Amino acid sequence: MYTYVHNKQEADPMTLPYSAWQIAKQSLTNHKNWTPAWRTKQPKKHYDVIVIGAGGHGLATAYYLATQHNIKHVAVLEKNWLGGGNTGRNTTAIRSNYFYPESVALYDLSVRLYENLSAELNYNVMFSQRGMLVMAHSEAEMEMASRMTNAMQINGTDAELWGRKKTAKRIPVLNYSDTARYPIHGGVWQSRAGTGRHDAVAWGYARAADKAGVDIIQNCEVTDFIVEGGRCQGVNTQLGEIRGEQTAMVVAGHSSPLASLAGFSLPLHSYALQAFVTEPIKPVLDTVVFSPSYGTYVSQSDKGGLVFGGALDRVPSYGQKGNLPMQEQVITGLIEMMPIAQRAKLLRHWAGIVDVTPDSSPLIGGTPLPGLALNCGWGTGGFKAIPAGGFLTAHYLAKGGHHEISKPFDLSRFERGELIDEGAASGIAH
Amino acid sequence: MQQFPCPYCGLRNETEFHFAAESGKTRPDTNTPIDDKHWSDYLYQNYNPKGTSKEVWMHLACREVFLMTRDTVNMDVLEVQALRGEHHD
Repeated sequence: MYTYVHNKQEADPMTLPYSAWQIAKQSLTNHKNWTPAWRTKQPKKHYDVIVIGAGGHGLATAYYLATQHNIKHVAVLEKNWLGGGNTGRNTTAIRSNYFYPESVALYDLSVRLYENLSAELNYNVMFSQRGMLVMAHSEAEMEMASRMTNAMQINGTDAELWGRKKTAKRIPVLNYSDTARYPIHGGVWQSRAGTGRHDAVAWGYARAADKAGVDIIQNCEVTDFIVEGGRCQGVNTQLGEIRGEQTAMVVAGHSSPLASLAGFSLPLHSYALQAFVTEPIKPVLDTVVFSPSYGTYVSQSDKGGLVFGGALDRVPSYGQKGNLPMQEQVITGLIEMMPIAQRAKLLRHWAGIVDVTPDSSPLIGGTPLPGLALNCGWGTGGFKAIPAGGFLTAHYLAKGGHHEISKPFDLSRFERGELIDEGAASGIAH
Repeated sequence: MQQFPCPYCGLRNETEFHFAAESGKTRPDTNTPIDDKHWSDYLYQNYNPKGTSKEVWMHLACREVFLMTRDTVNMDVLEVQALRGEHHD
């Protein structure tokens, strides 16, 4: 379905490979001789490709440009610090339990790339395939769960339909009372889904991209696009003019303000998406659970905290903080579906800004401005898609056209009326 | 919980309000043929501004539609404007 070039990592005196041997060797000098995972670079005047945004998708785009397409003259520009946006703010779920063939092809490519990512990057992204259950709470919902399971299997990914008994045996911590607000009938299980270490994904791609020759430039905000002859020729930044044969904007929730600098608008609304983590408790949940009815999903981190979240805030926002009505909905949902959580104290709570398309599917490909490509619109699900988003954006930039998998996600789908409405189809939080 | 001002009911909890759309869009005249681009622009394109945003909201309790100008970063409400009896483009 996709071709993949396996590269041998080249030795670079700047970056030490991570291994048991290195740990032993570095311990002899009290770990004082470890080198930085990536270099701090000043921008050059000209690049083959400028990637705006050093989040997961931007760094992955640069990494795959260098390793899959041999385009190494690449800059990744970041206005803040690397991985400080949604890549560091999500709840780390990785899954491909979608309804439409186009979506499964996209997200399952991502899961497959994640499966080998730690070895490929020589960086432990801690992808734990602990499985995920999307719960069904009535006979009618069980019928929809059956339809979803069939669709996922036909589209080539793993899915099982679980009844109440199997669910209770595998995930005993949930509320199986008959008087629960939403009694548990079963759900759709995906065994290859799981969680990863979100920061490690950004850092791993950054380190591997740096090693492949990519310049990562932090604290460098793009202030304008350089447009000459009707084509994007680069960007103006805090650190001066940087020219590029091609530019890609990979800036998650802030795509519209950047698009307006380039002179066009996008089919997006930006919302805050909140996430929560409790104080660490003993292991009670070794999988990911999502209930569309309660509007809450939850997993337990390796440190023991219950990591949970829910739907978007109802008011469009660029303020990176959440509002109280959604907090109440998500927390009450958690307590009802998992009553033992009610005595856990909330340790942290935060929000990221996600951009949401009318069909809850992402945008990959060209823009109305030639020379400028985009990767955005992932809504609430950008983290799980990082490897595929980077892989496909790199393909688009290198080949000057779409990979078969990203083709349906082009901006032109709205004009053609070919929407991929996952918000309606898979009932997944968006 | 934030409170939004309904031009008819005064300050009410944000959960009583529904965000409908950005203001300023005019529905294309469907009596004459429209090309796909203009129709999809009307349906889907947004400015989605960071900062001051003028939007169409509904107060679900009284079902009135009105214009609200907000700051999308600090969530301040800058102005509300009733639509009833007035003509807006």
